[in-house]
Amino acid sequence: MTHKPCPERVHALHAMLDDETDALATVELEEHLRGCPACRRELDRLGQLREYLRVPELRDVAPAALAMRISQMASPMRPRRPARAWLGGAVGGALAAGLAFLLLAPNLTEPGLDQAVVDGHIRSLQAGHLTDVAVSDRHVVKPWFNGRLTFAPPVPDLGASGFILGGGRLDVLEGRDVAVLVYRRRLHMINLFVRPTPALSGLRQGLMRRAGYGVERWQMDGLEFLAVSDLDPADLAQFRMAFIRGAHSGNRER
Amino acid sequence: MFSRWHLPRPILRKEPDGPSPDHAARFRMAIMPYLDAAYTYARYLARDSAAAEDIVQEAFARALRAMGDCRGDEKAWLMAIVRHCHHDWRRARRHEWPAQTEDDREDPSAMNAMESHVTAREMRGLIEQLPEPFREALVLRELQEMSYREIARITGAPLGTVMSRLARARAMLAGLVLAPEDGETRPGTQEKRS
Repeated sequence: MTHKPCPERVHALHAMLDDETDALATVELEEHLRGCPACRRELDRLGQLREYLRVPELRDVAPAALAMRISQMASPMRPRRPARAWLGGAVGGALAAGLAFLLLAPNLTEPGLDQAVVDGHIRSLQAGHLTDVAVSDRHVVKPWFNGRLTFAPPVPDLGASGFILGGGRLDVLEGRDVAVLVYRRRLHMINLFVRPTPALSGLRQGLMRRAGYGVERWQMDGLEFLAVSDLDPADLAQFRMAFIRGAHSGNRER
Repeated sequence: MFSRWHLPRPILRKEPDGPSPDHAARFRMAIMPYLDAAYTYARYLARDSAAAEDIVQEAFARALRAMGDCRGDEKAWLMAIVRHCHHDWRRARRHEWPAQTEDDREDPSAMNAMESHVTAREMRGLIEQLPEPFREALVLRELQEMSYREIARITGAPLGTVMSRLARARAMLAGLVLAPEDGETRPGTQEKRS
């Protein structure tokens, strides 16, 4: 009896393990596996090997100093050279581009803001600092913000729409304290930044996408809301609707 | 079918101006999240953590400068740059330690097999002993979860080559890590055991 897998199937076994086979090839291989213990065993061994490779210790985390240096390369406020570069020949072009943005794309007028909330979202997930008050009870979360902020964000219970309240925290956006509500749908976190609508806020509403993250932005009752998540844009829009509905019915309720 | 990327060249002198704000923003959002992945890849390539730091820093500097050339699939694009930086780094070091070049290390199949419980540290050691093309395919697939197609683009190898390197890498590792199969001796291990 042979223990070697069929030589002509070896690549197919790997491709199957890697989910790189099309449906037809998969069916064909499954059929073969039913009658071939050697190939079954090989697939099993490959699975075992993969288990060994799954351990997190095999993946490195970049040293903080390296992350810092790289982050400084692309920092919007690089202290060293930017001023002169800006004042160079490109100033006219930059002005024109800026003006075009202002006129044509009102929801892009603050590119830094979308980025700031996405950064905040990523940071909250990475640093394990998602919530200061980690409770799913809105009657706890809402009062928690009292005294910490000069405004009272609505904290509706959206469980019926599939968005579970995870808590709240304080964060800083454009130098001001803001409230962040954390909701969860399945494994996806939503950070909802809430702040008083700034003066001259204009028409900046709607969905922005940045690096796989969606930022849904709207205004309501004198407050501005920015919801950030890696959720599907349709789900994020649904979150906005559910939140607006929930906030309004919550107001009436008490 | 797999068009090669236009990859940034080494930075030979300081650029007169920094990246455009758009490029910098995109870099922060689409490239920087892969810092750990890039560092992991560089470390398995260079087998040295300090070198990996240098390689990654250079790779990110090149990536930032060339942000405008990146059309989607940022992770694979970045990995290809890391790979180039590693090659440049090795070329620059070649004269420093001429003795220890890449593939005259011991043949991994000739290493003694690990007994059942392989620690993560031992596992890393075993991966690092794989000859580079195999190690690279394995790391990109198993640790970075890149698709065959992406690995082909990153390494510039045809898809079939990627598949056979991966199969070979796994066969070598499995031979070292997993219990031997009944009635079969692992190639290379037998002679060493005496």
